[in-house]
Amino acid sequence: MASGKAEIREKPKEPAPPAIGLSSWVDRHISWFFVLPAVLFLGAVLAFPVVYTGGLSLFRWSGAAATPPAWVGLGNYADVFAGDPGFRNAIWVTAYFTGVSLLIEVSLGVGLAQLLNREFLGKGIARTLLILPVAGTPVALALIWRHMYNPSNGIFTWFAEVLRLPPQRWLADATTVIPSLILFDVWQWTPLIMLITLAGLVSLPADIYEAAQIDGASPWQAFWRITLPLVRPTVVAAAMLRFMDSVKTFDQIYVSTQGGPGIASQTLNLYVFDQAFQYLHFGYASSLLVVLFFVILAGNVVLASVRRGRA
Amino acid sequence: MTGQSAGPGRGRRARRASFYCALFLVLVVFIFPFFWMAFNSFKTHEKILEYPPAFVFTPTLDNFKNVLVQSHAVQYTWNSVLIAFGSLGVGMVLGLPAAYGIARYGHRTLALGILVCRMIPGISFLVPWFIVFRALGLLDTYTGLVIAHLVITVPLITWIMIGFFEEVPVELEEAARIDGCSRAGVFLRIALPLVRPGLVSAGILALIFTWNSFLFPLILAGVKTKTLPVLVYSFMTFDYLDLGGVYAASTLVTLPVIVMVLLVQRQFIRGLTLGGVKG
Repeated sequence: MASGKAEIREKPKEPAPPAIGLSSWVDRHISWFFVLPAVLFLGAVLAFPVVYTGGLSLFRWSGAAATPPAWVGLGNYADVFAGDPGFRNAIWVTAYFTGVSLLIEVSLGVGLAQLLNREFLGKGIARTLLILPVAGTPVALALIWRHMYNPSNGIFTWFAEVLRLPPQRWLADATTVIPSLILFDVWQWTPLIMLITLAGLVSLPADIYEAAQIDGASPWQAFWRITLPLVRPTVVAAAMLRFMDSVKTFDQIYVSTQGGPGIASQTLNLYVFDQAFQYLHFGYASSLLVVLFFVILAGNVVLASVRRGRA
Repeated sequence: MTGQSAGPGRGRRARRASFYCALFLVLVVFIFPFFWMAFNSFKTHEKILEYPPAFVFTPTLDNFKNVLVQSHAVQYTWNSVLIAFGSLGVGMVLGLPAAYGIARYGHRTLALGILVCRMIPGISFLVPWFIVFRALGLLDTYTGLVIAHLVITVPLITWIMIGFFEEVPVELEEAARIDGCSRAGVFLRIALPLVRPGLVSAGILALIFTWNSFLFPLILAGVKTKTLPVLVYSFMTFDYLDLGGVYAASTLVTLPVIVMVLLVQRQFIRGLTLGGVKG
């Protein structure tokens, strides 16, 4: 009763807030007060570098305070696209690494999710153990993998010998370095795709499968005709997430190969890092960054259209 | 169809056995590098170099002793903790109201902007930051490193928490409003306590990602504020002179993360998958 009375008394107050002043003004525009701090912060810390990078990409600068940046217009971009062999190599390495690891991770992740999407003993423990590669410190994992790949005393070299495979030089050979890095990446990130897919699988309605079974569909048919189309938006979302991070992969490659041998595993990201912090070509590195950003944007547009198309 | 005459019980048991075999195999593959990391950290440098790899040996704690005593690991651990919790705290203060604002008042462009933040490679901030931080004297300071890592935590916390705030029933908030609570009060007293599980999810992810971060401290930290991953990496400069140190340092930096994940595995997985499903 008491609260009912309060409600009645409260009501007439609503139309007349201007008289109350600041606190009510704040209350009416509260939505902006919620988001503004984050917007201002991200604006300062993110938008500024983006604009700055865009601007700096038009200059040639070694980063030294004594020599101011020299205006070169679109000269850096001309250099990038006119056939900088380092850039062409980096694009190829990035496409190879990202494309193949994404493909394997998505197919393997969906397969594993299908395997784990049932009730079994120790399901919680299995899920937790599988997620550890995602949580582990990339630098530490990369150091361990680097030594496991050691051609003279790494455990993988021993595995290859036990399995009677031809001797491998793993990260030390220009032809096997990217497949080896892909194997590392697949090990680390397949669990993430699996978990996201699993979350999507759990929410699928069971009655469709019962209907399919009655209609005589084999489990294989049920997977291709029902499960896959239904979890597709989830899987593509996971793939987009993975793509964004995969293109940005830095720690793992930097620690295990530093782009080597030679430049055989130098992705776009590592190439930018080298240009900026090894050779102090800040202007040129900035123009590469702008290109890298558009590569990521383009990849996401493609994936987003896959998500919308036919879904 | 023909298999059914052999008895459904045997078929099911065989299928179950093969399922557990497959599961076991998968688990072994994904856990092995962790096992090998911990296993080798108890070997001496010479033992690690042995080929074929040694499976029987006398364990030693020397590697850990060396890492902790000789390399100032305690100082760097403290740096890591300080920076991780600093960026978590400030990240919450900035990210939670933003997530609430987006969930309740629908600032969709902002939500999109936060997604774009995730897309930009960390390295693209690094060149301008390095120049500005140098000018402002923020290189090798805790403040500078916390600011840098907020770029990870603020979008992460906001993105995860939008979903949790959307699940808070509007009726509860309206009731509080009618009882005379201000909109800010509704956020603090009604919404926030209700999303506590989400706070754990977002918090644990923010802590782990900051703890694991390598690129930012590699460039922005110096002798004073170097973090554990940078220290672990510096063992590489001695490359194959101290493999025991490499393994022990790797184990030390990974251990807290594993403990955290084991403690709050449900929330950790929830946070990870939420980011994906909403993407």
